[in-house]
Amino acid sequence: MKPVLSLKHISKSFSGVQALKDISVDFYPGEVHAIMGENGAGKSTLMKVLFGIYKRDSGEIIYKDEPVQFKHAADALEQGIAMVQQELSTIPDRSVAENIFLGREPMIKGLHFVDKKKMHADVREVFKNMGVENIEPHRKMRELDIAQMQLVDIAKASAYHSDVLILDEATSSLTGPEVERLFRLIREFKESGTAILYITHKMDEVFEISDRVTVLRDGELIKTADTKEMTENSLITMMVGREIKDVYPKSEYHPGEVVLEIRNFTRPGKNDNNSFSVRAGEVLGMAGLVGAGRTEMVESLFGLRNDYKGEVYIKGRKAVIKRPSDGIANGIALITEDRKQTGLNLLGNVKDNISMIALKNLCRAGFILKRQERKVVEEQIEALRIKTPSAGQIVSFLSGGNQQKVVIAKWLLLNSDIIIMDEPTRGVDVGAKREIYLLVNELKAQGKAIIMISSELPELMGMCDRQLVMYKGKITGILEKDDITQENIMAKAVGAEEV
Amino acid sequence: MEREGLNASKTFKFLSKYAIYIVLLILFLAMSIMSSGFLTAGNIINILRQNSFVGMAAIGMTFVVITGGIDLSVGAVMAFAGMAAAKYCVADGSLQLPLALAVLLGLAVAALAGLANGLLVTKGKVAPFIATLGMQTILRGAALLLNSGRPFIGLSSQFANLGQGYILGIPIPVVAFIVVIAAGVLLLHFLRFGRRVYAIGGNEAAARASGIMTDWIKIWVYVLASFFSGISGIILSARVQSASPISANGYELDAVAAVVIGGTSLAGGIGNVAGTIVGVLILGIITNGLDLLNVSAYLQQIIKGAIILIAALLDRKAAK
Repeated sequence: MKPVLSLKHISKSFSGVQALKDISVDFYPGEVHAIMGENGAGKSTLMKVLFGIYKRDSGEIIYKDEPVQFKHAADALEQGIAMVQQELSTIPDRSVAENIFLGREPMIKGLHFVDKKKMHADVREVFKNMGVENIEPHRKMRELDIAQMQLVDIAKASAYHSDVLILDEATSSLTGPEVERLFRLIREFKESGTAILYITHKMDEVFEISDRVTVLRDGELIKTADTKEMTENSLITMMVGREIKDVYPKSEYHPGEVVLEIRNFTRPGKNDNNSFSVRAGEVLGMAGLVGAGRTEMVESLFGLRNDYKGEVYIKGRKAVIKRPSDGIANGIALITEDRKQTGLNLLGNVKDNISMIALKNLCRAGFILKRQERKVVEEQIEALRIKTPSAGQIVSFLSGGNQQKVVIAKWLLLNSDIIIMDEPTRGVDVGAKREIYLLVNELKAQGKAIIMISSELPELMGMCDRQLVMYKGKITGILEKDDITQENIMAKAVGAEEV
Repeated sequence: MEREGLNASKTFKFLSKYAIYIVLLILFLAMSIMSSGFLTAGNIINILRQNSFVGMAAIGMTFVVITGGIDLSVGAVMAFAGMAAAKYCVADGSLQLPLALAVLLGLAVAALAGLANGLLVTKGKVAPFIATLGMQTILRGAALLLNSGRPFIGLSSQFANLGQGYILGIPIPVVAFIVVIAAGVLLLHFLRFGRRVYAIGGNEAAARASGIMTDWIKIWVYVLASFFSGISGIILSARVQSASPISANGYELDAVAAVVIGGTSLAGGIGNVAGTIVGVLILGIITNGLDLLNVSAYLQQIIKGAIILIAALLDRKAAK
């Protein structure tokens, strides 16, 4: 059989960083081809290159025996390649039917009016084939929940009768029965000769639905093989199998008292019941895939959101935490995941940002003690080696690493006992990374209780004393130091041995 | 290339930061040369007095705009607070209250209007533009209702003195403006409160994550804007010896214009009190000078509008 779509020697780099290295893979009609890899392995980049969203540096794309160069996603769709994306691409204020038929609405003959009746009937037909019952074609997208939106997105792609269908993390919001229905649909497509590219993190799905699997790692194609020949372990090893480089400074582990304890952290309507504790002088890592619920959990315990409800004990005392100021008052610092969204006032200067949280300790009767403020800020700039021309510099002019240090500085000024770091080294260069690691070790030596969330496994393994792993909002394991291996973490992070 | 662009924009930012001071100076000199009546003590006092009313509202507006909001109700608050106070200060009226009490009443209703604005914006999650537009309409109606659409006239001499008197040779409206400026500078530049106002305007989500009670601060900002406008409205009705339900019409837009000319960004996070004072003075001097030069009132409007637009364009450029 001839492949319907072939990628030949695709390479792509971004400002010197090689994102894709000489990737060649064929996709055949009637196969479900899983594409796997860690966050940042290059899966999304590859799809974006295929759709012409990124320009490839070299290589060729052969589609139906012709070399092609799509200009954008709509262009590819036009020619029979449909994609359901990880981020939903729906218009919230239009109806379900309008979203599905966007840009190719059936017209009443001779008039420039949309034939709503036919459109709604067609949608009902599509939904019936999919086994979806509870979505009416006239409903506004806004009124649907995320799982329903995802189903609409899938319906939209399937309504094109495409030759290639790409599902990028298409089941991230779907529950068991919905996934089952999607799989039934995928099998129907398969029988009608569609090639399906199935991008996912989830092991169970790969083994259930795919015929072949391709593993990417650090932009390289590690292997393409029949799924039958693979095991969970062999897949995991291929996905993570890289050496931990010596960027992680060594540290002693002398845990003290339990400082923070979480009991029965549960989302409404779910049965998660998460419990864990952190001791003074230890770093607890939180591993998991994107969407595992780690950020939601720590932001809930800090008071920034209330996705999870449960009990928080601080040094054995029950704490009531409803908003961030409660979290701060209880000695918790949360260095948030996205410094641009929730970390920094980019219009403000370094000084105002660093003193933002601890300001009340630098005031008398509401008046800012400006000299004292400046002194304390200068000390932080020095201690964290923040490279800035002055404390008056607007933070948006600093580099990513230095911006991150400003965020860390403003939380450290509080001198909290519990420090939660959500992706503390995201978008930070290697040098600054190592400085942040040294800082973490120093805080640990001071007896702080530290929680560290990261999507980089090597970072977690290099820095953390114990490893908590989450999958779909639930803690699937807490690994003690000796049990921490990449394979163990990945197995729990993909729900391979679900509890 | 990129670095050059950055430097160019830095230079531009530097210029646009001080441009308004230069513009004020040039305007002042130009008017002094072109009109013999401009640079006299009487006229200068006149300009200050005339513009202190919008000025007080503009100081409050500065806070609102720095949080990323806008307050379209300040003109209506002025009229309503003026009428509420004047109602109890009619010389031969049966309802006459001690002056201090009447003024306090006017200030209290103003503050309440601000509280309502603040609650609508924070707890009700209504866009500030709409919330304060609704408040504006309500308060204009309420002001009309107070005396069946008529102004309160024949006000007590004590009350009139609030608008016409002098303290140490300075007209009371100007003194009030100076007090409001001092309060504004203190709050925005010296107190913790001001730092939080900037933090919210710069990045509200980050401010919240940093433990700042963002709703609380925003409510206070709207109360402050209404309170300053209340002071202004009461003194205005005393100044013209008539509390009219249609007084201070359109002042909210003059206040916004002054704030924007003063370099405060409508997107929030950037601005200061000094800029707003300069904005008020620029608009005031233009009006006064064009009057002295006998430029028609119609043409004056066009010129004022053009200046506001130029200021807004500069603001957009500086924001990039």
